[in-house]
Amino acid sequence: MKFTLSWLKDHLDTEASLDTIAETLTRIGLEVEGVEDKAAALKPYVVARILTAEQHPNADRLRVCTVETGAGEPVQVVCGAPNARAGLVTVFAPPGTYVPGKAITLSVGTIRGVESRGMLCSGAELGLGEDHDGILELPPEAPVGQGYALYAGLDDPVIEINLTPNRPDCTSVHGIARDLAATGIGTLKHEALPGVRGEGPCPVEIELSFAPEDRPLCPLFGLRLVRGVKNGPSPAWMQARLRAIGLRPINALVDITNYVTFDRGRPLHVFDAAKVSGNLTVRRAQEGESLLALDGRTYTLTDDTVVIADQAGVESIAGIMGGQASGCDETTTDVLIESALWDPANIAQSGRRLGIITDARYRFERGVDPAFTLPGLDLATRLVTELCGGTPTQATIAGEPLESERIIDFPWTEVRRLAGIELPRIEIKLILETLGFHISGTGDRVKVLTPSWRPDVEGKADLVEEVIRIAGLDRVEPKPLPRLAGIGRPLLTVMQKRTRIAKRALASRGLMEAVTWSFVPHADAELFGGGGADLVLANPIASELSDMRPSLVPGLLRAAQRNADRGYPDAALFEVGQCFATDQPEGQSIRAAAVRRGSATLTGAGRHWDGSTKSVDVFDAKADALALLGALGVPTGGLQVTAGGPSWLHPGRSGTLRFGPKSEIGWFGEVHPRTLQALDLKGSLVAFEIVLDALPLPKHKPTKAKPALALSEFQPLSRDFAFLVGRDVPAGDIVKAAQGAERKLVTGVEVFDLYEGTGVPEGSKSVAVAVRLQPVERTLTDAEIEAVSAKIVAEVSRRTGATLRA
Amino acid sequence: MTDLDTLERDLLAQVTAASDEATLDAVRVAALGKKGSVSDLLKTLGSMTPDERKERGPLINGLRDRVQGAVTARKTALAEAALEARLASERVDVTLPLREAPEVRGRIHPITQVIDEITAIFADMGFAVAEGPDIETDELNFTALNFPPGHPAREMHDTFFLAPDHTGKRKVLRTHTSPVQIRTMRSQTPPIRVIIPGRTYRHDSDQTHTPMFHQVEGLVIDTAANIANLKWVLEEFCKAFFEVDGVTMRFRPSFFPFTEPSAEVDIQCSRKGGEIRFGEGTDWLEILGCGMVHPNVLRNCGLDPDAVQGFAFGVGLDRIAMLKYGMPDLRPFFEADVRWLDHYGFRPLDVPSLIGGLTG
Repeated sequence: MKFTLSWLKDHLDTEASLDTIAETLTRIGLEVEGVEDKAAALKPYVVARILTAEQHPNADRLRVCTVETGAGEPVQVVCGAPNARAGLVTVFAPPGTYVPGKAITLSVGTIRGVESRGMLCSGAELGLGEDHDGILELPPEAPVGQGYALYAGLDDPVIEINLTPNRPDCTSVHGIARDLAATGIGTLKHEALPGVRGEGPCPVEIELSFAPEDRPLCPLFGLRLVRGVKNGPSPAWMQARLRAIGLRPINALVDITNYVTFDRGRPLHVFDAAKVSGNLTVRRAQEGESLLALDGRTYTLTDDTVVIADQAGVESIAGIMGGQASGCDETTTDVLIESALWDPANIAQSGRRLGIITDARYRFERGVDPAFTLPGLDLATRLVTELCGGTPTQATIAGEPLESERIIDFPWTEVRRLAGIELPRIEIKLILETLGFHISGTGDRVKVLTPSWRPDVEGKADLVEEVIRIAGLDRVEPKPLPRLAGIGRPLLTVMQKRTRIAKRALASRGLMEAVTWSFVPHADAELFGGGGADLVLANPIASELSDMRPSLVPGLLRAAQRNADRGYPDAALFEVGQCFATDQPEGQSIRAAAVRRGSATLTGAGRHWDGSTKSVDVFDAKADALALLGALGVPTGGLQVTAGGPSWLHPGRSGTLRFGPKSEIGWFGEVHPRTLQALDLKGSLVAFEIVLDALPLPKHKPTKAKPALALSEFQPLSRDFAFLVGRDVPAGDIVKAAQGAERKLVTGVEVFDLYEGTGVPEGSKSVAVAVRLQPVERTLTDAEIEAVSAKIVAEVSRRTGATLRA
Repeated sequence: MTDLDTLERDLLAQVTAASDEATLDAVRVAALGKKGSVSDLLKTLGSMTPDERKERGPLINGLRDRVQGAVTARKTALAEAALEARLASERVDVTLPLREAPEVRGRIHPITQVIDEITAIFADMGFAVAEGPDIETDELNFTALNFPPGHPAREMHDTFFLAPDHTGKRKVLRTHTSPVQIRTMRSQTPPIRVIIPGRTYRHDSDQTHTPMFHQVEGLVIDTAANIANLKWVLEEFCKAFFEVDGVTMRFRPSFFPFTEPSAEVDIQCSRKGGEIRFGEGTDWLEILGCGMVHPNVLRNCGLDPDAVQGFAFGVGLDRIAMLKYGMPDLRPFFEADVRWLDHYGFRPLDVPSLIGGLTG
């Protein structure tokens, strides 16, 4: 919302400076976005006359001018404009002037050997639009020496406020003045708005053609004919104000509607009566009807949109934009002025669907003052007769004014209850009344009647806001929020703690935490087990950000590749974040995933003198996954690692982590070559992903005591076994069998050697394990050790088909 | 010269000449072993008369002790020399560079760090952490928060929609963390003190906006919490978060559908050489929005606005991270550029806390 200072002062009697007004506006919630004071910016520029213009002795395109500036002797100026000629009245800037269009400060200069004391200016140089015809040409009678801003009517500062959508009353200069008056920096001018005495009835009748339930679409419609108008340009003062706020003056009738829109927040429409055939009907559009609107575009309408139609068809889109066919131009002699009320939600919906943004829509969808519908018609009528002449008829009125006022039961203590500040009742009363509220009753609770222009004020809290924003939020003294008694109890949930630990644990493994988009390309989503229709965005910001991610891995893989493309091939990245299986809250999970590329192993990346350089492999990913589980304190006793994983992983170099046949918690491995190809990735890439929500929760125990520690007094001993098994037998099965062979004694099983090749039959491998035995009751005899060893061999053999290697 | 003297000189010479442990041991055995020359002499003592023994005994025993001592000393010297030789051969170049340890290389993203900082501050004031889904219903993202259908206030949020379901309803990506306010008030009984950090989405992408960003929201519901408390909480938060002794804040009335009264908060700062400092200067920087929870919102959660009351506030997490740590742009937050992460990220074990300070 833009307005000028003089416009504001039409409505507000004030001595306050521009700065004070701007500060006050921001303080009461009408945040000033900018103040443009052209008078200040253009202060040095004056109207001047060129007395003589001679050819420059040393330059074909330059002229040497003597210029009368209204102050002292004429000055010499070298000018390159083609239209610089003797007698021309233009604009002069003396040395020392800042030129906005050129971003320079003038000085006395010598141009090709001739002194120049200032500059003759074009509009562009003044920052006033783009003219290409050289310096400004003013009428010969323009007063030489007068400030150009004053002369051109640019001396009225323009204030722009960032209006919040709850304040339709401040879409008008009058409403802004009312708010300012409540602060005490001025008083609102209550201009009397006498009604219009029309001659005879309006010949055009109005029919509100709606089903009963649609009546709210147009509760009230006022129309008046003014005969015999002369529609030329509007007066200079009106044009200047419209221009100042960024509107283009068109003709007096149209300018009047725009002026009243901003002056009073009351949008209007004018029809050329000669172009309207028959009576007007207000109704829902018929499907497929269309209108060539005033913006020159044709809109096809649906029955959601309300229109004003005559016998010929649609003439105007209600509350949004009129039609070209019945628009007013210089030939208009009889004008129909419309002032109507529309349903805010319907206007918002129609405007959005049609993609039309107008000052009328902006106001109607926020809610215009219903009580000003007919006074607005009268105000417009008076302006038309004043500026264009003509004779008005009486108004035709269809419908009923809405009852928009509310009565709010208001205890004075509500201000203290919500705002935490004690204000005198008299101050609260004064603020509300200056804003147009009526207070009735006495005692601790009063009735507050809201004004018709404040549809946003619904209850007590809204009244508190009115009081506190005008009184000043800065007057509320901060008061401590009482501390809770005792020592604070834990505030984080298990998942929240796990999420935090997961990040620190993974970062401690040399991984960098990435935060990647929650959306991925559709193809990636499909590749990683997603891509369901319920997770596709209807309006993605870009085609490659179209689906809610089913997994963290595709985002990390692509990030690793981007780093590689920049010359950083060994990225080690992780993310802990949300993934989506369905559009339901339960379908969202928190996962932790990491990707290692190139040689980015735990020990470091790149070549190294100790010879440890290697490409990342499946075990780097497995190590990350198990380290994470360990750091989270997840009991891993029941954890199983099975071969293979999701389809995006290499089938032979991946594994799945699970606590049972159906309780998968994650997976790890080398990325499938087809995945690499599909995502256009290169290099060695491994990844793991764990679904944190799928991890078992710690058991709640009555005490924090740990189980008793039973330490054996006897030396542990270790026995080595080399087993020959089929190539495809998982080493994990051998370990598990050895562990299970004698649970009382076996406390650890390590695989310390793997061998295939000479000496081992084709299709077999040798797996050497060290089994640690911990005697509990007494030192084992040789015979007992032999017995245990035999048991281990038997059990491994039974479970895996292994034989002891000779 | 007696034969004992000769023997001693001879043996000591042999000990001194022994250049390794084996030779020395051979000398020792030849002298002190069972059939050694000195042992043989000792054996003769038994057949001597007491007088002879009195004279010869000390001489032979002295010889034995001196030879024994020489052997031991030589043994020690040889061991020392052997160790010196070994050490001389075991020299390595300790200036060889190692790779940085994983604990040094790893990085925590600034968003995580800032969430941890904020959590620490608000935990001290008794706030728990509440969370909710990113995919929300229109009801929770808008309607329950007092954004009526079709209201222009909805246009303040450029919303991402999912495809409509079979009933024609379409879910949204939450445009703010505020739906979690509703979820919290509907599932908990006041008093409530929570902060709600999380991802949020708006259909907006330019220099200063990304389609995904982060907010943290705060909610207090009890029977007395008011704007005065709200101002205190936000001032304490800003001082603690920016780690300054004092801040000047400006509360400007504003509009959010879900709070009434509502305000935006500016913080005073100076900008010197591209660096923003709080607690000084003359510039104002908008950092958050806040207000008293709207009575309609309380009612939508089954609460009586005459019985309970409270306030809410929301901050852009990415934005205050940028303000505190000086990142000039938002977009790199989500690009996972290892150079950016290395520079702006935090070490894995720099866990913010109030006892240790938010930053080192």
